[in-house]
Amino acid sequence: MDIAEVMNTKSILVPDFGIGNFASIIRMAEKCGYSCAIARQPEELISADKIILAGVGAFDHGISALNGGGWREALINASLERKVPIIGICLGMQMMCNKSEEGELQGLGWIDADVLRFRFSDESCLKVPHMGWNTLSVYRENPIILNSKDEQRFYFVHSYHVVCHEVEDVIATANYGGDFVAAFQHRNIFGVQFHPEKSHRYGMALLKRFFEL
Amino acid sequence: MLKHRVIPCLLLRNGGLVKTRRFKNPKYVGDPINAIRIFNGKEVDELMVLDILASKKSIEPNYSLIEQFAGECFMPLCYGGGVRTVEQAKQLFALGVEKICIQSAAIERPVFISELAEKFGSQSVVVSIDIKRNLFKKAHLFESRSGKTLSSGWLDFLRESVQRGAGEIVLNSVDRDGEMNGYDLQMIRDTVDAVTVPVIALGGAGRLEHFRQAIDAGAAAVSAGSLFVFQGPYRAVLISYPAYPELERLFES
Repeated sequence: MDIAEVMNTKSILVPDFGIGNFASIIRMAEKCGYSCAIARQPEELISADKIILAGVGAFDHGISALNGGGWREALINASLERKVPIIGICLGMQMMCNKSEEGELQGLGWIDADVLRFRFSDESCLKVPHMGWNTLSVYRENPIILNSKDEQRFYFVHSYHVVCHEVEDVIATANYGGDFVAAFQHRNIFGVQFHPEKSHRYGMALLKRFFEL
Repeated sequence: MLKHRVIPCLLLRNGGLVKTRRFKNPKYVGDPINAIRIFNGKEVDELMVLDILASKKSIEPNYSLIEQFAGECFMPLCYGGGVRTVEQAKQLFALGVEKICIQSAAIERPVFISELAEKFGSQSVVVSIDIKRNLFKKAHLFESRSGKTLSSGWLDFLRESVQRGAGEIVLNSVDRDGEMNGYDLQMIRDTVDAVTVPVIALGGAGRLEHFRQAIDAGAAAVSAGSLFVFQGPYRAVLISYPAYPELERLFES
């Protein structure tokens, strides 16, 4: 066990309701000097100081997994009532919105935003999903992404993107056929469309700043 | 950000890392986890790990080892070797692999490409095409599992792979593998002319200018083995990766 790990006794939890693998998130947290654990039961979230909502797959698949077994209530309790900092990654971010074109089910609705599919003309030659490294433009000052002159690159894999109705929720955009929301924040609730756990030191720095909140 | 990905290709054999020459004489070059940690530290764009024995011996992918790889990779990981079913692919994605590379199963049953693409999306399906030229320099599809060239046309197989949903093609040259004297540029041109998906050039890179040549020939990304694991004329094992600004300069127009 790292010394840093012993020093940081904050409880960072990743809820596991069957929609992803979190090995690189956990490894990255360790590298940041934090210990991050998987919550296999919703009750475990009661002790969380930070929550990472991660996952991959279709919107309805994620939401129905979240609706089952009490996860939705536990997440609402932690993020809306206890106001624990929570970050959604990729599908996790999208699930925090009202709804998605990808599915029928109601999202968490924590952020006033919808999720739309990328649409490009044939002439654009742009492919869906948007997959690969991309850079960010920081839209407003925020606690997790520095507005640095140095290029920060992040790894994206997604076919759907978030559209925020409250422009002040947007913290960073990326460009793929047009600007889209790459990261948002509303009070203690954060979301990133890219994968910080697959984005080298840029992702590590972002997660570290989140852990330090 | 680099305009083109530069992807180390690591060959796995019985859990150890090896490097071949012309697909033969695998030379042991070290422990894969150690190598992945080094490439992670060098902030590579993407990593490709191919198990060169799995299909030959009809054995399952080494899931526990691959899970360790994925956990070490703070960048996307592509795995190939021994994947023949949707179920296996599902298991690999669940371990944290981003892309799966297939060859033998795709040659044997091209519909497998469609099955994977429908279930997981084209972005995560990579088809590996190995080409061997005969005495008259004519290109033939090479099946690495059997070690034989096939009579079927390689361009037909390439086109069918893409039609069926391959999101990327890894194009390798058997004759140039491990030789470090440059890519088969004509083969890259022929491939890029035939399909619209990104083509990753592999096989032959020995110097950085070879990357530039492959890109100029139309490759979307470049991959190499020997260049990243050997040093000097005696092929001493030393894992290395060019500095990022050096690659940026290389791809400037």
